[in-house]
Amino acid sequence: MTTITRKSNVLPGFGLTLGFTLFYLSVIVLIPLSATFLRSASLTWPEFWDTVTNARVVASYKLSFGASTLAALINGVFGFIVAWVLVRYSFPGKKLVDALVDLPFALPTAVAGIALTAVYAKNGWIGSLLEPHGIKVAFTPLGVLLALIFIGLPFVVRTIQPVLEDLEAEIEEAAASLGANRLQTFFRVILPTVFPALLTGVAMAFARALGEYGSVVFISGNMPMKTEITPLMIITKLEQYDYAGATAIAVVMLVISFALLLGINLLQAWSARR
Amino acid sequence: MAGTISRLQHAGGHRRLTVTEPLPVRLLLIAVALLFLGLVLVVPLAAVFSEALRKGAAAYGAALVDPDAIAAIKLTLLTAVIAVPLNLVFGVAASWAIAKFHFRGKNLLITLIDLPFAVSPVISGLIYVLLFGAHGWIGPWLQERDIQIIFAVPGIVLATIFVTFPFVARELIPLMESQGTDEEESAMVLGANGWQTFFRVTLPNIKWGLLYGVILCNARAMGEFGAVSVVSGHIRGLTNTMPLHVEILYNEYNFVAAFAVASLLAALALLTLVIKNIIEWKAHRDAAPQPEHGENPA
Amino acid sequence: MSIQAKNITKTFGSFVALNNVSIDFPSGQLVALLGPSGSGKTTLLRIISGLEAADGGSIYFDGEDATNRNAKDRRVGFVFQHYALFRHMSVFDNIAFGLTVKPRRDRPSKADIRDRVFSLLKLVQLDWLAHRYPSQLSGGQRQRVALARALAVEPKVLLLDEPFGALDAKVRKELRRWLRRLHDEIHVTSVFVTHDVEEALEVADVIVVMNNGGIEQIGTPEEVCSRPATPFVRDFLSDVDLPAVQDRRQRELAAPIQLASPV
Repeated sequence: MTTITRKSNVLPGFGLTLGFTLFYLSVIVLIPLSATFLRSASLTWPEFWDTVTNARVVASYKLSFGASTLAALINGVFGFIVAWVLVRYSFPGKKLVDALVDLPFALPTAVAGIALTAVYAKNGWIGSLLEPHGIKVAFTPLGVLLALIFIGLPFVVRTIQPVLEDLEAEIEEAAASLGANRLQTFFRVILPTVFPALLTGVAMAFARALGEYGSVVFISGNMPMKTEITPLMIITKLEQYDYAGATAIAVVMLVISFALLLGINLLQAWSARR
Repeated sequence: MAGTISRLQHAGGHRRLTVTEPLPVRLLLIAVALLFLGLVLVVPLAAVFSEALRKGAAAYGAALVDPDAIAAIKLTLLTAVIAVPLNLVFGVAASWAIAKFHFRGKNLLITLIDLPFAVSPVISGLIYVLLFGAHGWIGPWLQERDIQIIFAVPGIVLATIFVTFPFVARELIPLMESQGTDEEESAMVLGANGWQTFFRVTLPNIKWGLLYGVILCNARAMGEFGAVSVVSGHIRGLTNTMPLHVEILYNEYNFVAAFAVASLLAALALLTLVIKNIIEWKAHRDAAPQPEHGENPA
Repeated sequence: MSIQAKNITKTFGSFVALNNVSIDFPSGQLVALLGPSGSGKTTLLRIISGLEAADGGSIYFDGEDATNRNAKDRRVGFVFQHYALFRHMSVFDNIAFGLTVKPRRDRPSKADIRDRVFSLLKLVQLDWLAHRYPSQLSGGQRQRVALARALAVEPKVLLLDEPFGALDAKVRKELRRWLRRLHDEIHVTSVFVTHDVEEALEVADVIVVMNNGGIEQIGTPEEVCSRPATPFVRDFLSDVDLPAVQDRRQRELAAPIQLASPV
């Protein structure tokens, strides 16, 4: 990676800045991460397999994957509507609403976790309204879903928004002058153009949701086999000083995360080409 | 999220939409969006402050001046004061190398810089435990020399640096790439040295992007929970950051105190959003082309 | 189809784009709306198409009030300056779009759509590009695809907004000659917007000179040149050598049309 063909011969500092970048990246990120993979090599294959396919761990995969998928899809729909409304329509307080979309980026996850729990617990503002209808949110998988919707929302909105802003008005006018109604224009002209960005946003929300910990642990109740997410399994193993077990699960998650990162990069390259 | 400032400075002009949905459809969509945001974002945010003040201002104040709370606030500030400048320097260096020069493997390097965002916060903490913990690779060697990293402040700082690693870099790289090297080259030709060029030409051009990255980096540094939770050991008054202190109080059913500390973090988040919007506004204003005299309005 | 605009007024904020404009476009003619930028010509075109709503006044198609008709129901073909092709669709799908969005009972069969698209592609001399995407075409080719797309729905009126504005000088000249001949073939009432005097004189049957949101003069190229109605028209047309333009028009329209293929 250090083959040097300079863009500019005049500007100084290439060696210094690239050297520092590589050093810092290695010390903070690359060495610790690869140490984790090496560490998992100290496990025998059956040990590794038993750990990552243990019934309780498998139940956590199901919850993590299921809730993350569902949360990402729900964000795909509502995030699209939010982005659409913010780009296309004007209404009082729009600037404030736009700014608020970033709240999940800025609010510490632990705060989000206890706040969502307080609101959606059975004595909370909204939980008490749902309780009579038999809907329990806090301490159920529904609560996990809610927390994951919260943290994933801005990814979808902020990925779609610039693409919607860049849509040329003429494209829609052309569709209208050719006789298309609004629904036809939306599904045949607008959606295909925005789709790569929508998919990217949903994939980012999904990736973030898979690894999320802080906002979920408070609202999930952490009941074995029922509401434990995979990152919590790592913590549980660590608290039992089962470093090997924690490492094994971490490796599974890292592999999935890296695959997702690769997929998202390919998606972004695809949408940039469009 | 990447390159917000870069995007703002290249956003197209005002578009007027003449073909749109019927009014009832527009109103319905606005209502759906607002209801969704209300249920997911606004109500929980309001709940933080409401719960914190449930037993009155006195209880609220008492929770904040509790020595453990103050220790947590101090540790959080200390962590941010170390992590943010380090990642700032890294972000500037990385984007200078990446944006101003050509070299093979550049895209791989950008992906690697983004890596910490793809890793679960819990794993971000775990990797340092595996490296520096009592059972870790360097743990025994450190123990002999009485150096404590895990369950101590250095571990907390390291984990925080890891999770906030890409913030400044990924904001600056697209911004600096879009600005090219023309201005720096002119400065060099006019006789400026490297540092003069950077401080007098490059830095003014990237200041909003830089600030933007720093603000977001800081918010995450002060609010990180998962990674810090793994490496902290949760020792009251010593290795508890504010988010961890919130957790401890919450698990002790001391809800008013938990929400009081949480309200400080929520206020910080709101402040972050305000500053972020001011930066976006200023960056947009700086980039807007000045209208020429006598230009026709149509 | 004839078009009538009556007392059209349109303002954007404090800027008056059209001030009480009335005009008749007789059926079957090729009309140029000529004027400097800001004169209101594009706004008038967009109001006729239904893409913009007038603040006051009415639009009649063949004497029928169309003021409150949607753009999609006006059966107007509109060609945009920057083409506005659908990027994610092939040339074929772009041209077929207007036919495929028709309600099921009016929609032609797949085979009919195919035939229609290919006959239009032949008309614009691009049948060999049917499966390319807009990004793979040159500017001139894109504009011809845009024209074919507009014609596919058999519009009663063809409106063109600075149709050659984004093209370079050579392609521009070729395409405007070609548009003139196309019009002679299909005879659909056509209105195009331009700020280029020569272009208007060379191509149009009738020229409408606009300025400051109003109409200065309506007439044939000869009329506006030899008898300018206002000082503005005289100034605006002052550089034109009419006999030379007329001569060129005669010569070029008589010559067989040849579009260099990568136009």
